[in-house]
Amino acid sequence: MNKKLTSKDRMAIERVKMPEQDPKRRNSNFEEVNQGLTEEQAIREAQRCLLCKTRPCVAGCPVRVRIPEFIAALAEGDLPEAARILLEENTLPAVCGRVCPQETQCEKVCVRGSKGSPVAIGYLERFVADWALAHPEKLPKENKPEPTGKKVAIVGSGPAGLTIAGELARMGHAVTIFEALHDTGGVLRYGIPEFRLPKRIVDIEVERLKNLGVEIECNVVVGKTVTLEELREEFDAVFIGNGAGLPIMLNIDGENLKGVYSANEYLTRVNLMAAWREDVPTPIIHGKRVAVIGGGNTAMDAVRTSKRLGAERSIIVYRRTEVEMPARNEEIQHAKEEGIEFILLASPIEILGDENGWVKGLLCQRMKLGEPDASGRRRPVPIEGDTFVLDVDVVVNAIGTRANPLLTATAPDLKLNKWGNIETDDNGATSLPGVFAGGDIVRGGATVILAMGDGKSAAVAIDKYLNQKN
Amino acid sequence: MFEVLQNDMLAPNVHRMVIRAPRIAKARQPGQFVIVHPESGGERIPLTIGDADPQAGTITLFIQAVGASTLKIVNTPVGDSLRDIAGPLGKPTEIEKWGRVACIGGGLGTAVLYPLAKALADAGNEVTTIIGGRSKPFIILADELKTFSKELLIATEDGSLGQKGFVTNVLQELIDAPDKRPHAVFAIGPVPMMRAVAEQTRPFGIKTIVSLNPIMIDGTGMCGGCRVKVGDETKFACVDGPEFDGHLVDFGLLMDRLSMYRETEAKILSELPEELRDKIIKVKR
Repeated sequence: MNKKLTSKDRMAIERVKMPEQDPKRRNSNFEEVNQGLTEEQAIREAQRCLLCKTRPCVAGCPVRVRIPEFIAALAEGDLPEAARILLEENTLPAVCGRVCPQETQCEKVCVRGSKGSPVAIGYLERFVADWALAHPEKLPKENKPEPTGKKVAIVGSGPAGLTIAGELARMGHAVTIFEALHDTGGVLRYGIPEFRLPKRIVDIEVERLKNLGVEIECNVVVGKTVTLEELREEFDAVFIGNGAGLPIMLNIDGENLKGVYSANEYLTRVNLMAAWREDVPTPIIHGKRVAVIGGGNTAMDAVRTSKRLGAERSIIVYRRTEVEMPARNEEIQHAKEEGIEFILLASPIEILGDENGWVKGLLCQRMKLGEPDASGRRRPVPIEGDTFVLDVDVVVNAIGTRANPLLTATAPDLKLNKWGNIETDDNGATSLPGVFAGGDIVRGGATVILAMGDGKSAAVAIDKYLNQKN
Repeated sequence: MFEVLQNDMLAPNVHRMVIRAPRIAKARQPGQFVIVHPESGGERIPLTIGDADPQAGTITLFIQAVGASTLKIVNTPVGDSLRDIAGPLGKPTEIEKWGRVACIGGGLGTAVLYPLAKALADAGNEVTTIIGGRSKPFIILADELKTFSKELLIATEDGSLGQKGFVTNVLQELIDAPDKRPHAVFAIGPVPMMRAVAEQTRPFGIKTIVSLNPIMIDGTGMCGGCRVKVGDETKFACVDGPEFDGHLVDFGLLMDRLSMYRETEAKILSELPEELRDKIIKVKR
């Protein structure tokens, strides 16, 4: 059927709309916002792909998924083949299909985007990945590779660690992941909320790795429980993917009042520790009026979470304008639909407390945009004397994170940059032989897919290193 | 999973538990703590490591049941396991040779004090130990502490053991005696006690170290929930502590932040089955 479709036919199909949970309902529950395409919708959307020769989408993907091929198989209705192609290059497609910023990657360069809307590659990835999760019996059995006898330690079970673990296990290396928290997934578990990435998906992906023979040991804080040196003695190579787990503080008065959270703490309590569930004892302050400071995806996650925890007003406070916000457009739009307020060109200067030490307000400075800074975005500058107070009882700081020094402080020979991130070459090799690194510990705060891309390229480099070591 | 090998009640609701945790036992130094997550869906509770046996692969924890999660931990029978224990976390105690040292423990703090006092004695310090509690049953580890202390002094609020009064009364006597005045004081216990000790030693310029136990989640510096004010700086107790200069700690802020979830805690306690709830003795932190 597909072969009969001319380019003109394909061009005539309009981009699919993702079925979403009604904003009025979803802003008080933690169920997934995006409901996923039906098979019919997915196949029709797949038929929009022109199967162009230049394939810019593949180059736009940090893990180089063979996008036109999997979409072509999907357009034919051949789901097992689509899944096979997708899983070849991407260890965590059900995650990427949900949280990747496709609009700045594969979809940004799609030729259909030059005249109209790009193919909804992310939605299709999610559809095929979800189908694969639901139908493991229809996927080709993975052949267990011949063991190489080489052992690799992975520090951190976030997106970088899970990706490299899968890649190395498929090459026949014995892989052990060490995770500091009591559960796997890193930021996929503690950071990204259930309504954007259901935790059962992380569970299934982790289970699949275990079936490949990957060992996972939780509660091991590398740098404390074991040192990098001990890992180097016990393993043939080490990959460090321990993330950017240190909140950048606001450093303003009132930051230690009750009701002030770092986004890490707020989201960890809700996501990892399930504070949103009635049957779980994890405490969290259910703010009536919540201000979240920042404009990234983490800020959107935190503010939308506060709404779901019952806030009457949930407010983003951001010092630039919406155009400069690092958050994905989809997250910003979803937040707005859910009734999130945006106070832009405002910067917090003090958190105000009541006589009992609880937050009662946020003193903000109005800003205007000045000259572009190093990032190319116009720098916000204060409008002298123009301040205002927001009446809030919870403040969440989501301005960013930086490298956690727990591991690196105990590895003095490991070369770091001035921000404390590990220095690597393009393949993830650090200054120490046999030690590789990737994800946020190298990049600072970046994305899930870039961390996965790092894991993937480091896997190739580690494999090469292990073979040379013979 | 971390198997419980021994579980003794030392005082009402204060348990000593020996747990199999080989990696932690090997790495642990005095002053460090672990985070215990007893079961899926439970809280993460920071607890100081009382002792460790690297050969046997075991650690000893002292736990006081003050809420639902700590109650769950102390009620874990020998042979059963705790789901997660992460550590050792925090900075080890800096053991120096001070000369005369007073080690002061209040309530469960005495258990936290024990490994520290022992390490100080081993380093050649002359250790005078003062332990305090509500009444005789709440005085723990007296015999153990006696073995390496030059002198062991006890204060109880009702006078049922040792001197009637507070540890600060005993400390004052030491400070006032020229040949007994300590060169350094280590105080571990309820926040009001640590604050009182720090205020008492401040005029005499006696170095005073306290060990803080604020609300904590990950214990790795990731969440910042355990932040405390020390001098002009905000510190994370989990990675910068737990021990700090008592003369610089903002105890008022610490107490305030410890009360952040009092309402939730009360609600959770009220929902516990009555026989469990009755076991919990409300202890001022």
